[in-house]
Amino acid sequence: MKHQFVDPKSSSGNKGEADECLFEYLHAEIVNYVLTTSVNTGEKEEDLSRLESMGFSVGYRIIERLTREWPRFKDELDTIKFICTDFWTSLYQKQIDNLRTNHHGTYMLQDNSFRLLASIGGNGSKQYLRESPRLLAFTCGLLRGSLANLGIPCTVDAEVAALPSCKFNVYVQRI
Amino acid sequence: MAVCIAVIGKDNSPKYIRCVNDADELKFHYKVHTAIDIIEEKLNLGNKIANDVRELFLGMLYSTEDYKIYGYAANTKIKFVIILKSSNATLRDNEVRMIFRKLHAAYSNAVCNPFYTPGDQIRSNSFDSSVMSMMGII
Repeated sequence: MKHQFVDPKSSSGNKGEADECLFEYLHAEIVNYVLTTSVNTGEKEEDLSRLESMGFSVGYRIIERLTREWPRFKDELDTIKFICTDFWTSLYQKQIDNLRTNHHGTYMLQDNSFRLLASIGGNGSKQYLRESPRLLAFTCGLLRGSLANLGIPCTVDAEVAALPSCKFNVYVQRI
Repeated sequence: MAVCIAVIGKDNSPKYIRCVNDADELKFHYKVHTAIDIIEEKLNLGNKIANDVRELFLGMLYSTEDYKIYGYAANTKIKFVIILKSSNATLRDNEVRMIFRKLHAAYSNAVCNPFYTPGDQIRSNSFDSSVMSMMGII
């Protein structure tokens, strides 16, 4: 994740509070910062938990605002649908492309061109495949935080098979 | 004007309570927490019947000789309760709804403060002052 660039066309004329590219640059810098300050244990796995918890906190707060004018959600699926459509649109200017569920608390949210990955490689390029999980940790936390505030405790992980598409898996904790 | 405004968290713990007379606070604590039962009842009823009212505003929960108690539950399971004097006939349902809207907006601003830990009690001056203005204290 050395140089990211943003297509100027993609970031024009919408209703966000600040221009979207600001978020992309800030996110990139946060990822860099967290990676340089985290204690490197020499293992292959990078420590992305701080990114994830930042995302949690942001998601928790964001949902309070987004659902303010919203009618009450009927059930869990209704809530996840909201996440896939309106929540995703307000953050990444597009909807989730594919939602799957086993109806037992596991949801798979697929985005075929995820915003934060779109700028590092397209069309199934494998070049940055190893680095891409660090761009997803924040969003995993974001999902977890927003669902937590909506009363759905869960764990979220992400997988990338080919850039720029990725899948977020939501596992709802049943008590 | 309202005599008491309260915010109740997800787990029914009091997040914030403000009344006109600080001396009456305990009394209102009881009243607010009695209202939670009715809120829960209304929310759970919604799960069974599909075409229910899905509005966040729950209307009047109950009234006693002295007070009328209104409720509002956000999507995030946060409940707001407003207590009016029964003798107060100037405030209609619609106006109470507007107060709840304002309260919800003020609450979400307070939550968006990065120094606020979710789940804590609300100790924010700006939230305080907006609640006070809703109650007509300042």
